[in-house]
Amino acid sequence: MIELRFGKRLGQVDLAVDVAVPARGVTAIFGRSGAGKSSLVNAVAGVIRPDSGIIRVGERVFFDSAARIDVPIEQRGIGYVFQDARLFPHLSVAGNLRYGLRRARGARPVDWHSVIEVLGLQSLLERRPHHLSGGERSRVALGRALLRQPALLLMDEPLASLDAPRKAEVLPYIEALAQEFALPVLYVSHSIEEVTRLAQHLVIISEGRTVASGELTDIMSRAEHAPLIGRYESGSVLDCEVMQHNAHYQLSTLRFADGQLRVPCIDLPVGAPVRVRIRARDVAVALSRPMDVSIVNKMPGRVQSITPREGPYADVVVDLGSTALRALITRESCDRLGLQAGTAVWAMVKSVALDSRSVGFNRRPRPDSALPTAPD
Amino acid sequence: MLSAIELEALLLSLKVGLASTALCLPFALAVSWLLSRTRMPGRALLDAVVHAPLVLPPVVIGYLLLISLGTRAPLGAWLKDTLGVQLIFTTEGVVVAAAVMAFPLMVRAIRLSLDTVDRGIELAARTLGASRTDVLLSITLPMMLPGILSGSMMAFAASLGEFGATITFASNIEGQTRTLPLAIYTATQTPDGDAIALRLVGLSMALAVSAIALSEWMSRRARRWLGRP
Repeated sequence: MIELRFGKRLGQVDLAVDVAVPARGVTAIFGRSGAGKSSLVNAVAGVIRPDSGIIRVGERVFFDSAARIDVPIEQRGIGYVFQDARLFPHLSVAGNLRYGLRRARGARPVDWHSVIEVLGLQSLLERRPHHLSGGERSRVALGRALLRQPALLLMDEPLASLDAPRKAEVLPYIEALAQEFALPVLYVSHSIEEVTRLAQHLVIISEGRTVASGELTDIMSRAEHAPLIGRYESGSVLDCEVMQHNAHYQLSTLRFADGQLRVPCIDLPVGAPVRVRIRARDVAVALSRPMDVSIVNKMPGRVQSITPREGPYADVVVDLGSTALRALITRESCDRLGLQAGTAVWAMVKSVALDSRSVGFNRRPRPDSALPTAPD
Repeated sequence: MLSAIELEALLLSLKVGLASTALCLPFALAVSWLLSRTRMPGRALLDAVVHAPLVLPPVVIGYLLLISLGTRAPLGAWLKDTLGVQLIFTTEGVVVAAAVMAFPLMVRAIRLSLDTVDRGIELAARTLGASRTDVLLSITLPMMLPGILSGSMMAFAASLGEFGATITFASNIEGQTRTLPLAIYTATQTPDGDAIALRLVGLSMALAVSAIALSEWMSRRARRWLGRP
């Protein structure tokens, strides 16, 4: 486990962190800007020093105020990918990549060639940082942090400074590396889209306090966290796999625990795991199975809970069996349909709503994930 | 082309310029660090002392050196007794006078370059396993290179032209302390020295201009190397 229990007085916000997250896979630290996300990872990195508490990654104690332990940054064995790539301007790409590798002590499970290959850095090695595009710079920064042989990778909004096309360019690399190198990752982001594509575990931080921590799919399907995620973006996250493609209509069918979803064509082979985020606002509720509507994604279930929201809205959680699907509807509709806990309903989602922003690869860490081995 | 005396003055000036620059550099790096990176008490005072030679008359600096490093002053006596170094009337004295006068110029350039080094990049180096000293050597100093180069060239050029402090502190002794500017002064005091003075003036100007041009060229190259405009 990665145990983070500490407090720190900061300028505008007091940091009060109290979570334990798995020391594997990607854990997203999600919150609005100014919520204290960066301060949290900075404390893990040793950049800021908590006033009190404990920071432990697996067996290693980084900070313990009671035992007066405060391991210096360079001895924590973490890789840190900053929002701005922070490449060394006086070194070539290869020099940047080698910087941490040379200084790594002990075993070197992260192999040079596999990093170059996974991040597509071969053609950049001789270049200087100021001759790289924004996306290329991000990839080099990722590679540099990986080659440092970290026991934990910290990423502080690594995509935030990139425009949308560059983001789309770099995101698949991040998805790939979390799986390829079997590293625990703390990924700071205020983009729920990035978070749902990348993370298995989610920590929500608000005004300096960690307010929720758990499996991402679980946290996302709980109505109480919706205000922190945002009314527009919040919704359930379903782990699915590709079942079939329909070339004529350019549609793909996905299978999940409680049924199927028809979505716009996904460029992945049948059987590939994908993750779908269904925004609560894109889900409608009917009392009987609607026959004469355009919507094909219709799933029977029972109302689990109804939470009135500010304004005209109500958050309805529909239990589909083993999946909880959130629907944001008006309170007026709620009353008109006479919805209450236990009511049998049909939940409906338009296929069109499930575009590429809400469907992403789902790279679950493989339980047997073998470390890449050096070719020699 | 050049007479033996002129050549001697030129070589002495170049020697003094190089020695004074070399003497300044470690101190300038240390002082820049103190001024830019620490909050030690007395920082403002240090800043003022370092910059004093820029605003004080050079003869004042020369006199201050004389009363603190002369053979009869305690520090000067100690230097002579324990290290066997005498500064007045010697080339070493010229170097010290030139170094003191050039020091603020070098500190300004180096400190400016240190201020522009991104602390975030140094932090990134530490997360990659580099200790503070390692970061200083592998990241900070290389990134300061444009400032170190231009500061050194400035100090070199200024040392070539130092007059007031030198003549006050080290005196005007042929072959020992008579650098180019002192040789020019001496020539102007000689009845038919105008021709010599003019030739030396031309030489000085050529030296100064090439030093500045070289400095510009080097620091532009260094900046381009760092990817700065």
